[in-house]
Amino acid sequence: MTAATSTPATTARRTSSGWRGFPTLLRTETQVWLRDFAGVFFGLIFPTVLLVGVGLVIPGMREPVQDAPPSSPWYGLTPVAMYVPPVLASALATAALTVMPPTFGALREKGVLRRLATTPMRPQGLVAVHYLINLVATVAAAVLAVVVGALVFDITAPRQLGVVLLSFVLGLACLFALGTLLAARVERAQTASAIAMPIYFPLLLLAGMWTPGPIMPEALRVVGKFTPLGAASQALSVGWFESGFPLVQVVVMIAWSAILFPLGIRLFRWT
Amino acid sequence: MDAPPVVEVADLRKTYGEKKAVDGVSFAVRPGEIFGILGPNGAGKTTTVECLAGLRQADGGRVRVLGVDTQDDPAAVRDFLAIQLQESQQHEKITVEEALRTYASFYENPADIDRLIDLLDLGEKRRTQFGRLSGGQKQRLSIALALVGNPQVAILDELTTGLDPAARRSTWELVERVRASGVTILLVTHFMEEAERLCDRLVIIDQGRVVAAGTPAELIDGLDDARTVRLRPRPGEAERTVAALTGAGPEVYAVTAVDGVVEVRGSRRVLFDVVPALAAADVVPDDVATVTRTLEDVFLAVTGRTYDPEAEGSRPGDLEGARR
Repeated sequence: MTAATSTPATTARRTSSGWRGFPTLLRTETQVWLRDFAGVFFGLIFPTVLLVGVGLVIPGMREPVQDAPPSSPWYGLTPVAMYVPPVLASALATAALTVMPPTFGALREKGVLRRLATTPMRPQGLVAVHYLINLVATVAAAVLAVVVGALVFDITAPRQLGVVLLSFVLGLACLFALGTLLAARVERAQTASAIAMPIYFPLLLLAGMWTPGPIMPEALRVVGKFTPLGAASQALSVGWFESGFPLVQVVVMIAWSAILFPLGIRLFRWT
Repeated sequence: MDAPPVVEVADLRKTYGEKKAVDGVSFAVRPGEIFGILGPNGAGKTTTVECLAGLRQADGGRVRVLGVDTQDDPAAVRDFLAIQLQESQQHEKITVEEALRTYASFYENPADIDRLIDLLDLGEKRRTQFGRLSGGQKQRLSIALALVGNPQVAILDELTTGLDPAARRSTWELVERVRASGVTILLVTHFMEEAERLCDRLVIIDQGRVVAAGTPAELIDGLDDARTVRLRPRPGEAERTVAALTGAGPEVYAVTAVDGVVEVRGSRRVLFDVVPALAAADVVPDDVATVTRTLEDVFLAVTGRTYDPEAEGSRPGDLEGARR
């Protein structure tokens, strides 16, 4: 620490951008994230556990459906396969709504964003790191659930892969937009959870978590279509099992993203 | 000392609603010194350094760090100015070494992590997670994180708050070691003892204003010439002692007895009248002491109030640090 200390006034100068050290920050935060049980379990593994658990425990989940008309898209599918879109929806919602907002609550609570503002690294760098981690975790959780599900059960391949991927990406956008809004102001991790949970569970309900595929009541389906997660789940279901394009659901997801993202960013507080 | 100041604050002002948090504060810090900003909680100390670091927009006045106006261009000094913020923590699960390496990566010329870990006695804790560190260890990590960028100026805000006396003393030694390595230190504290012990020069801030400035010795010497001698008479002899000392000579102004302790207030020469008077009355007290004057007396003299560090809100950890 003896170097370069005795020449004040002249050495202070504008230095490079505020992103020096970003790779190190990303690596450290990822390691720390992986150390947290809640993040890893809910962000990565929960959808797989859900799919496998439901498929193995509930009787009849692996028997192909015979009582639907043979022309119906559901004819001959296993109920556990119909459970895939709600499970993917749970992957979309879990990191965005139950992991990310408490993370930002904790960062504010501990003064980390404020502390970072005093270093050459911009606090935006840490925000970017957590978006990256949670986005990667969400994609990984979804892929893991589908791969494990396909290995354990008889799950048909998607009929329209493009629609499935598009729906998933739009689902990511609108759930992370909602997560951003929830994370924008919370000052504590616990407050974040307390606010997120009453939104998370109804969204899962409307996404068909408890009534997958054709057994969802019509009223629930109509309401669900206009919610971020319900729209994602329905769009995924159309892409996976049916023909046609889920236009309403896609528009709904785009609309939610367009409203929630700017709102979340505008309300975002650093301290 | 003609070197240009490292930190310059001129007529700084910051108002929150109706409250003038900082009301015309000015001071300058020279290279290599430990400069103190001392005052009770809520006096405006933290707001002052937050404006200084460019974390807060001032309402008026000028701040310069290393010649840069940090209100205009805070980014220009971030590589050279370190701040140990009050109440700043880390993620519970990040280890000491991970935190240091991550912060080091933000700087152009980071310090050597191993040397820093040695300097702060964190060697045994380098792989320990933040949540498992003691209060003193967390505080040392916080100082290490402030020094990891090899700063020219370090602002340390209430760095011993919440520490036990032993940890506080070792932190003081550490601050002196850091200064010895060439870092100019701006120490924000509400502990009079800490300021007296560490600071080369200081300002005392009260209600957003500088009420005194100078070296601790200058400030104490600048007090009036009154002195106090405190005696503890043997049991039952308090009255005799008071009688013997009252009007004992021209240097004695007043004699009071409270709870068996006799206090004699007088001029600088008061002791010369006290001792012969005791001898003449043949009173031998158990204990005699001249009362040491401290920055607390300076605070009383300039504000007219007894120093109460907890004037605004209290923190549980501070109690054992309050002066007796």
